[in-house]
Amino acid sequence: MATDTATMKSELAQTSGQFATFFVANLFFGVDVLRVQEVLRAQQMTRVPQAPDVIEGLINLRGQIVTAVDMRRRLRLAPRAGNQLPMNVVVRTEDGAVSLLVDEIGDVLDVDAATYERPPENLDPAARELIRGVYKLKDQLLLALDAERTTELETR
Amino acid sequence: MEDQDAIREFLVESHENLSRLDTELVELEKRPKDAALLASIFRTFHTIKGTCGFLAFSTLEAITHQAETLLSQLRDGKRELTPSLVSQILETVDATRKVLASIEASGEEGPDRFEDLTERLRVASQSTAGQESQSAAGHPGPGMLPGSPAEPQDDHASSETSEGNKPEEDAAKSSAVADANIRVGVGLLDKLMDLVGELVLTRNQILQFNTEREDAALNATSQRLNLITTELQEGVMKTRMQPIGMVWNKLPRVVRDMAVSLGKQIRLDMDGAETELDRTIIEAIKDPLVHLVRNSCDHGIEPPEVRVRAGKPPQGTLTLRAFHEGGQVNIEIGDDGAGIDVARVKQKAIETGHLRPEHAEKLSDREALNLIFQPGFSTAHTVTNVSGRGVGMDVVKSNIEKIGGIVDVFSRLGAGSTVKLKIPLTLAIIPGLVITSGGERFVIPQVSLLELIRLEGDSSEKHIEHVHGTPVYRRRGSLLPIAYLNKVLGLKSDERAEAVNMVVLQAEDRQFGLVVDGINDTQEIVVKPLSKQLKGLTVYAGATIMGDGRVALILDVLGIGQRSGVLSDAREQARAAAEQKTQSGIEQQRLLLFRAGSFERLAVPLSLVARLEEFPRKSIEHAGGCLVVQYRNRILPLVPLREVLESGASGEDQAPDPVQVVVFNDGDRSVGLVVDQILDVAEEAVTVRQKTARKGLLGSAVVGKRVTDFLDLNHVIQTATENWFQDTGGAANGKRILLAEASAFSRGLIRSGLDMAGYQVLEAANLAEAIRGLEQQQVDVVLATLDLPPNGSSALLAAMRRRPEWQAIPVLALVDSAETVQASDVRTAGFQDCQAKFDREAMLGSVARLASKLASAETAPVSVGKES
Repeated sequence: MATDTATMKSELAQTSGQFATFFVANLFFGVDVLRVQEVLRAQQMTRVPQAPDVIEGLINLRGQIVTAVDMRRRLRLAPRAGNQLPMNVVVRTEDGAVSLLVDEIGDVLDVDAATYERPPENLDPAARELIRGVYKLKDQLLLALDAERTTELETR
Repeated sequence: MEDQDAIREFLVESHENLSRLDTELVELEKRPKDAALLASIFRTFHTIKGTCGFLAFSTLEAITHQAETLLSQLRDGKRELTPSLVSQILETVDATRKVLASIEASGEEGPDRFEDLTERLRVASQSTAGQESQSAAGHPGPGMLPGSPAEPQDDHASSETSEGNKPEEDAAKSSAVADANIRVGVGLLDKLMDLVGELVLTRNQILQFNTEREDAALNATSQRLNLITTELQEGVMKTRMQPIGMVWNKLPRVVRDMAVSLGKQIRLDMDGAETELDRTIIEAIKDPLVHLVRNSCDHGIEPPEVRVRAGKPPQGTLTLRAFHEGGQVNIEIGDDGAGIDVARVKQKAIETGHLRPEHAEKLSDREALNLIFQPGFSTAHTVTNVSGRGVGMDVVKSNIEKIGGIVDVFSRLGAGSTVKLKIPLTLAIIPGLVITSGGERFVIPQVSLLELIRLEGDSSEKHIEHVHGTPVYRRRGSLLPIAYLNKVLGLKSDERAEAVNMVVLQAEDRQFGLVVDGINDTQEIVVKPLSKQLKGLTVYAGATIMGDGRVALILDVLGIGQRSGVLSDAREQARAAAEQKTQSGIEQQRLLLFRAGSFERLAVPLSLVARLEEFPRKSIEHAGGCLVVQYRNRILPLVPLREVLESGASGEDQAPDPVQVVVFNDGDRSVGLVVDQILDVAEEAVTVRQKTARKGLLGSAVVGKRVTDFLDLNHVIQTATENWFQDTGGAANGKRILLAEASAFSRGLIRSGLDMAGYQVLEAANLAEAIRGLEQQQVDVVLATLDLPPNGSSALLAAMRRRPEWQAIPVLALVDSAETVQASDVRTAGFQDCQAKFDREAMLGSVARLASKLASAETAPVSVGKES
């Protein structure tokens, strides 16, 4: 078990230079591809009354119960349109798998480390604490999401 | 049995280590300077040596010890590694294997002591590098052994015989143990469990699908799938099971050490060590078990001399028993020691504020025994480093309850006590009741479930009454606080509900009703923990996956109770209550609050109330100028409180139907007080008080932040039922009591009890008034509070004892309920008896006793003439 978590941690520390990308509202995010366990369509969701509102609910991932965090609410953005079903990006964290509910899935991109820059100072604090940095791609900006921070919630 | 398990573990582990040693040693020869390798080899020998010492395998210990010494020299660079040295170490490995094989076959190390090998290793480790090669070649004989010249001959001979074919066989067999076991990470097992759970769900769906179709092939295949899945599920479940002996292993040592340090003789019997439990449960019961065993050693089993005096053998026996029963594991920790003294437990509980004196009498022995599980409770006379600190039993209880277990204690004074634990086989799968609320499904663990109540039809809402805004339900005569799950969880409630579904739940030692939208069925559920993000929610105990593959939340009954407010934190409450008592506590007692006529809030001490009843209006009859009702085959006179308090008012038209009645018992007579509405039961220190001149009321005080009138029960009942009770009680008749108590309010309350019992009561607020009272009237019994102004009641006692005509008057000391006064202390101080102020039963009993004592003593020549 101890070795499991140790290998897990070292795994989590690895970076590949490849990002799995997704959209939340008009924001273009990326998470290191090694962190992403899988991507799923909208799943049946069990709501958790009294939970922090960024938690959309629980899903059954082949017998594993995974908490789903709504990225729109996490970033304090307007809710999705009523008919738009979210996609699940299941990321590995030190506390196990967590699903991030996003609007749309993008491609897996190779990113040049030279295009990296720290997030702009004037970014909305809600987003700023979750974003590690910005990669300046040719036609848009890719926001590198800090998965660990994103799934860390102050519980009431 | 437990030793066998330990040895088995040791064998498996050692075989693994030895096979690694072989390769490592060979590797070492190639890279003699590899420090990490050397350290690893050293560690392996060290481990084996250590375990041998623990299991008392002296031969093996001796061999490995010498090898370890050599290796430590190598590691520290004091010696160069030579091939002959490696051979010697490898020889040691082989010797170790042989001994292990013998242990595996016979449980003993075998006749071969390998003395020459040990000696050679010893010599090698002492010699310098130059001598070492010579000694390795020269094979110094066992004759060099100091002190035992004859022995080696035998040993050598036996070593020759075992050198034959047998060791090969043994070695082959021994590896079988190692080969039959592999180590698997718990994480992997958990994952397998998850997958099997999913497989079960899929299987269920296929079976469902199968019933809809008429396909022979599909039918046969799904049958097979069904069988295989079930077997697989059972198999995977088993991988998580471990014998309870794993925990018991360390207990013999615990008991031995305790026995030595306490100067006791204790034998430990263990039965059922092979009983299997889920790994997680084994972890959870480890500490509670050790604690219980230590407790038995410390409190239970007496020192040898005490045992002999009691006619028992000097050696005490501690018995551990484990067995499966009804899908649960029972663990019993029993001793043949002193047992638990129920009286002392009660007394101690009163002293520490865990128990009110007035409740002590009513408590059954079994209930009293369970007091030892209260936080901060200990009956130990002295605090030792093992027990007596009053922490522990409550932790044991809460730990066991946390995993859905039950703790019970049985004891016979002088014969010993037994603690019984009932523990579920596994934490992973529990039976649960599936309920729905606000459109969501939830699961309630079956262990917390007491009963289901369904209230149907128009009356459904009526059955739930409100006490000061708090919903309660009358369940077999007692009030059950109610919580609504929809409100607790902030779900929208179903307005159209035509029936109320309620589950009655048990949280720690209290019960409450939880109203839910729908009750489905019970299921075996697999409990899974919630993620970190949801850990802070106390209302959930976890989550599970239902038959349709969806997730459902498991409710935490205690958390729900606390969040809804029907349970405040028990410990918190106990502590707060104890604090309150020590601070003021004089008039702290439980009060029944009710409403009658224009009196919005009336109170009587709950200790006077026998029952709360409802009678249909039409069942009330008139007899002898009184309202009566037939109640339990007797005629119960009713007192319409409203008419008594507001003379002239006739409440008939407005009174509710059914009629709310508070029943008071006194000896063998009962009276019912008709009130408009029962409000609440309050327990608190009454803060402000004011006497009123109004008839029928004792005064008013603030209860629950609202002004409340205290009913003069005696007056009310007297005036209303004059015709009913002609006789006011035989023994008490005519006896005169002097009641000396500073607080007018307390006086009123105590007096009402005495009045009802038929005594005439004289009141006194201080010493001077008491003396005056004694001078003016002949008094049969004096009741005095210990803190009687100005200098306490001992001054009164002294004054009485100085006057011959007062000498024979018995004096009963009244103490506050929470006060920790030993009755014996009070008696030696000159009082005849000591009672808690508001323990009405005990107080009246004591008064009656003292009054009759005086009556019989009157024949004695007590001078009644006034001499002063």
